[in-house]
Amino acid sequence: MADRFALDRRDFLKTGVTAGAALLIGFRLDARADDPAQGQEKPPVNPLNAWVRITPDNRVTLILGKSEMGQGVITALPMILAEELCVDWKQVGIEQAPTNPAIYDLGTGGSGSVAGSWLPLRRAGAAAREMMITAAATQWNVNRDTCVAQDGGVLHGARKNFLTYGQLVPAASKLPVPDLKTVPLKNSHAFTIVGYDMHRVDAKSKADGAAKFGIDSRVPGMQYAVIARCPVFGGKVKSFDAAKAKQVAGVRDVFTIDAVGKGAFTTGGVVVLADNSWAAMKGREALKIEWDEGATAGESTESLRKQFRENAAKPGKVVRNNGDANASLAGAAKKVEAIYEFPFAPHATMEPMNCTVHIQKDRAEAWVPTQAPQWAQDIIAKVSGLPRESVVVNTTLMGGGFGRRYQADFVMEAAQVAKVTGRPVMVLWTREDDMQHDFYRPASYHKLQGAIGGDGEIVAWKHFQTSTSIDAMWSEKGNETPENSEFGTATFIPYQTPNFRVEYTLAQSGVPRAWWRSVEHSTSGFVVESFADELAALAGADPYEFRLAMIGNDREIPDFGNPKEGKPLNTARQKAVLKLAAEKAGWGTPLSKGTARGIASYFSFESYTACVAEVSVNDHAVKVHRLVYAVDCGRPVNPNGVRAQVESAAIYGLSAMLYDAITIKGGRVEQGNFNDYSMPRIAETPLTEVYVVNSTEAPTGIGEPGLPVVAASVCNALFALTGKRFRRLPIQTEDLA
Amino acid sequence: MAVTFTLNGKSTTVEVDPQMPLLWVLRDTLNMTGTKFGCGMALCGACTVHINGEASRSCITPISSVAGKKVTTIEGLSSDASHPVQRAWIEEDVPQCGYCQSGQIMSAVALLSKKPTPTDADIDDAMSGNICRCGTYQRIRKAIHRAASLQATK
Repeated sequence: MADRFALDRRDFLKTGVTAGAALLIGFRLDARADDPAQGQEKPPVNPLNAWVRITPDNRVTLILGKSEMGQGVITALPMILAEELCVDWKQVGIEQAPTNPAIYDLGTGGSGSVAGSWLPLRRAGAAAREMMITAAATQWNVNRDTCVAQDGGVLHGARKNFLTYGQLVPAASKLPVPDLKTVPLKNSHAFTIVGYDMHRVDAKSKADGAAKFGIDSRVPGMQYAVIARCPVFGGKVKSFDAAKAKQVAGVRDVFTIDAVGKGAFTTGGVVVLADNSWAAMKGREALKIEWDEGATAGESTESLRKQFRENAAKPGKVVRNNGDANASLAGAAKKVEAIYEFPFAPHATMEPMNCTVHIQKDRAEAWVPTQAPQWAQDIIAKVSGLPRESVVVNTTLMGGGFGRRYQADFVMEAAQVAKVTGRPVMVLWTREDDMQHDFYRPASYHKLQGAIGGDGEIVAWKHFQTSTSIDAMWSEKGNETPENSEFGTATFIPYQTPNFRVEYTLAQSGVPRAWWRSVEHSTSGFVVESFADELAALAGADPYEFRLAMIGNDREIPDFGNPKEGKPLNTARQKAVLKLAAEKAGWGTPLSKGTARGIASYFSFESYTACVAEVSVNDHAVKVHRLVYAVDCGRPVNPNGVRAQVESAAIYGLSAMLYDAITIKGGRVEQGNFNDYSMPRIAETPLTEVYVVNSTEAPTGIGEPGLPVVAASVCNALFALTGKRFRRLPIQTEDLA
Repeated sequence: MAVTFTLNGKSTTVEVDPQMPLLWVLRDTLNMTGTKFGCGMALCGACTVHINGEASRSCITPISSVAGKKVTTIEGLSSDASHPVQRAWIEEDVPQCGYCQSGQIMSAVALLSKKPTPTDADIDDAMSGNICRCGTYQRIRKAIHRAASLQATK
């Protein structure tokens, strides 16, 4: 495919990115192995999905399909390009790539934006730089080795000649694009942008109200709609009476839309269309609806827990087996068994789901806060009957994503409504809609058994899990392999043991599940790092020293689930973050009375994290005073951004530990708004210190890896403080008594 | 019903249902989208504006109740993000997704108008009604302290 990188101008036009009088370089960003989009059906792939455009007015624009949801991609990606291009990175603008069906737009997820863009962006920037140098050298009739690129132009030092990139565009754009695979890259010692703290480019627009999120889309003539959905998952409208709803001032119409199954997973329901959001909500309150609740009406949190316990009483499907853990456990003198349990967890983005669509006779346009614009385009095309080429999707800023906006249920609903109305319409979800019709982090139940030998070593580790599984919801019936994706790195832990066994049993549930920040690592990280702590206690060892000893020598452990594409776990890097966090936290030094420390370390999204927590318990409430993180995510492009992401993941993880329980009764979610569903607030925020390893390895993920260690480090600290293990999240108040 | 109030210094009249919350009048009637919808029940603070200088949740404030009053929204703090709280927010890189930040900033401005040099406890009290799912609280705290010194040296 490499030879196709050098496409001519007509090929660029086919992709929808117009060249005009500009230097345009197309290139390809690759999805990461654990990008959720991997599993989705893809249209034919065009080799190009990102472009650099330099115009005669000296503007550099990066055109790609990456969405900003707070993670800072629109700051970090221009930094990488600018570094190779030798321009002020603030001169680099960013534009959403057009949703063109010839190109598979990667979407944004899996903590993969910087990791997947690093090399392609460097190569594209270097190619543009080399073309500019050649153009300048030709114009001056000098050897190109005597020319250097700097400050957004090319300098010939001896002659004191300087031409800006803008001036060079006409000549440079006629040159062939160098082979991106062999174009010379800058020596990293010469970096002046990458690796330095930079301010976010979007801070101002987010401090003055100017930033436009999906919910802020305003189109002339638009209407607003809310949808009454069956509160029971899988239920349908049996009958409804809209007489009173239609009397609400501003309500224009009431009609039903159908549920859509696999892929979009919408519930269908009764649509109230109005002149404004408020009237639509009032109209919905006035509806009388009789629901056919369907098969899930009998499901509850307690029935699911019972199913978990029944599953755990029987052996599961063997996912991995080294040695003979069962025999080793049977004969062991020092052993421990522990049950860990997690509920469904909601994303609870601050901006509730919404989507604005306008379907006309020959074209459609949409304004979507989405991590997957191409999927949105597909759906609108299908619903409208228009070719995908006639559907324009504008990706807006997102008021939080965390995986929720990798779904397209809200897009499907808006397309269905817009198809009926023929006018621009925003389908708006209320907080209750958002809380009760999410795609939740799966509920799961883990039975861990382990044994310690005569030298304090781990002689057996057995991990049984039963969960509701994401894979089982998204795969075709009969093709589910939930055991491959529900463990994450828990199938290749860094701790050495001769007898290692992993088993899995799928649990049945009608509650929708999908990717939630750090996905399976959110639970696997807690389980592995809590159990490692339990084994340390059983061995009578210090939890930090025990981890270092059990990790042992420097080596690489292949990614068990994805040995070909996944990077191996490097034990030296794992130990290094453990040591850094312990040192910065003062591990082993005295603390004030009533306070204790706990530690945890985990490998996820190819990054290494360790965290030391300092906690106390006051009045049956956990108080987390301080979190000290060490992270190694390869070369940190913007250390300021890396720290921000870890600070954020810490609070998201604390939320899961303290509050994030979605409970089910009668097949419906019991929580609705922030009065019965809590999230951490400012007073609960610990002092969070993040130490970033100054690695020279290629960058890896950082939006999610900060999460898995936080609950484990806090609960391990609680054990150190109280002698009690906290194995069921969120922490139950009665367990603290 | 016609309701007249002062919005960011300008007299404004709207013809809407008197029960319609100020939030939706701002967002849907006046297309001023800087003030955000988060919960509709005064539980998250995303919709915070000032009514006669007091931080108020616009999502539960009927428009009829602001007749004759002075309303300030995020758009009215400054014309160029130069308010000390806005400057502090930018300098500390507080926003991530940014959705809650209009409300956070309006709460912080109200706090600093009453307590020019707030303690951490004052900040906890004044800001406890504002949720941030991105967890930017640590930077919010730093930015409020920074804004306090920016204001003091103005």
